[in-house]
Amino acid sequence: MLDVELEEGPTPVTPELERAAERAESRRGLFISLPGYVYLVIFFAIPLVLVLVYSFASRSSTGLTVLEGWNVESYKRLFTPLVAQIFGRSFLLALITTVICLLFSYPFAYYIATRKPSTRNVLLVLVMIPFWSNFLVRTYAWAFLLGSNGPISQISQSLGGEPIRILFTNTAVLIGMVYGFMPFMVLPLYAAIERLDWSLVEAARDLYANGATAFRKVTLPLSMPGVVAGSILVFIPSLGAYVTPAILGGARTTLLGDYIVSQFLSARNWPFGSALSFAVMFVMLVATIFYFRAGARTL
Amino acid sequence: MDKPAVELIGVTKRFGDDVVAVDDMDLTIRDGEFFSLLGPSGCGKTTTLRMIAGFEFPTEGSVRIHGAEMGLKPPNDRPVNTVFQSYALFPHMNVYDNVAFGLRMRKVGDAEVEARVRRVLDQVQLSRRADAKPSQLSGGMQQRVALARALVNEPEVLLLDEPLGALDLKLRQNMEYELKDLQSRVGITFIYVTHDQEEALTMSDRIGVMSDGKLLQVGTPTEIYERPTSRFVADFIGEINLLPAVVGAPGVAKLANGVEVTISSEHPVSGQVTLALRPERLTLHTIDAVVSEGRNVVKARVSRRTYFGDVFFYDVDLGLDEPLEVKEENRPDLDRFEVGDEVLVSWRPSAANLVTD
Repeated sequence: MLDVELEEGPTPVTPELERAAERAESRRGLFISLPGYVYLVIFFAIPLVLVLVYSFASRSSTGLTVLEGWNVESYKRLFTPLVAQIFGRSFLLALITTVICLLFSYPFAYYIATRKPSTRNVLLVLVMIPFWSNFLVRTYAWAFLLGSNGPISQISQSLGGEPIRILFTNTAVLIGMVYGFMPFMVLPLYAAIERLDWSLVEAARDLYANGATAFRKVTLPLSMPGVVAGSILVFIPSLGAYVTPAILGGARTTLLGDYIVSQFLSARNWPFGSALSFAVMFVMLVATIFYFRAGARTL
Repeated sequence: MDKPAVELIGVTKRFGDDVVAVDDMDLTIRDGEFFSLLGPSGCGKTTTLRMIAGFEFPTEGSVRIHGAEMGLKPPNDRPVNTVFQSYALFPHMNVYDNVAFGLRMRKVGDAEVEARVRRVLDQVQLSRRADAKPSQLSGGMQQRVALARALVNEPEVLLLDEPLGALDLKLRQNMEYELKDLQSRVGITFIYVTHDQEEALTMSDRIGVMSDGKLLQVGTPTEIYERPTSRFVADFIGEINLLPAVVGAPGVAKLANGVEVTISSEHPVSGQVTLALRPERLTLHTIDAVVSEGRNVVKARVSRRTYFGDVFFYDVDLGLDEPLEVKEENRPDLDRFEVGDEVLVSWRPSAANLVTD
């Protein structure tokens, strides 16, 4: 438009002029997305390529990574029983976290979405309040709550019971994970339920479905996009979670997150750490694609 | 079933403290009739329909279907089905499953579901699109699926909430005939909510006109159009001229410009009245024409002419606050008038209706 205006002012449009205007439009699109592209290339794509390169590198006798002698030894090591066990454990934890988040969040998101708009906003702010404080601080707060001197244990003791120590157990990790990831489940669910066409639910009721059946046949299937999005947003970070298992689990059981960290920091086996990282990404990608496909089928 | 299909007795619906959507409404809808609730948006017609369906409950009053009190029964326990304004077809189910939904909910056997769904899809000419998703269908087809989905259940009463509103004009006119045909074929009571007076007039056995939560008049299309009792009904249905007048001697009304006209003796009133005159009941004549005996004749001047193809609309000035609107057919044997022409306007005394404010 402005870019192709001639000095003489507007002229009748020719196909060439129209194409020029379209090209100018797409140049503008590129221009506004440029900062985002540059950032992603420098801080995401390049490091990712580096990780990929390192995963095929070899180590010197002193344990330093040597960028020669390219091999796939690190990838072969992924198929050892230890890695499989850690993978399985992390996968299970992520799965349970996702399922519990889903079971707690759906009714809550439904409740929020069916309130009047002013109440909705208050409830949504409440969901997001935890984000206002540091995740590490909140996790340490849980360590205090769940520890043997924490309030839960004290209440138990004052009632004449045993001291309860949940800290450094799998339960503690699970509690912390569900706590941390719940908002990521609630928000997409809320978005999906909120934009539901309620006349469809009325139609189901009109066609002899009771409340529960109308929910099962109409509300739930139509809110599946929210279920899929929420599950992915919870499952993926859960699979690689590091901070919560480290603080609340006391690193008693090794999960993927701390296993990868230990490869880089203590074992100093960068090629293997890189290969592990790539394997996790690959699994997440495949899982996400399958999940999206399954979610799309129900629609 | 000789009991009325639907009875509303003293039904009031309030939303919150100050919104009265439906105000103390009494209405009896006969079994097997095509009844339209007609009124502008916000008049309470949709709320009335929703109270019959069970989506809303009255604040007070009684809703009965074939004599049975509905009370606080949920929609799934009522012998009625609804065709929604937006069709509300389930987007995640194909046409067949949409139509089969109600039967399956009532645990009808698979073989019978199949037979009934096929039959009703045949009736609405959609047998070949049974596997399509609603989003793949045109608006008219979606409309027919919505109709089929309700009719397959053979409800005692079918509720239709402006079902033709989203269709374009030609399709809407076709559907009007189809709906009326269908209704007389299946013999189910239809309650049809619309703001479109033409739809109501062409399809209905009876019409109830609503305004501000009140039912103003119930009658056949002819009664509603030709004998409106209130200014609102007269004005809402079709075009009409409303002339303030004073009735002194019986059968004579004096217009605001001092001209005296004869009115039908059916109206034994006196004092300040409003005369309602349909534009098509008025005839224009050349100023020197001899008008047949018994008609009111008033001198006027043409102030505007609008061409509609099949008809002309003339605004003629009688020396009243508002010009009088006259509708004349576009026929070669009728005189045509130009703006500024002096003319005579005539009408039969029986064409004028007296309405209340």
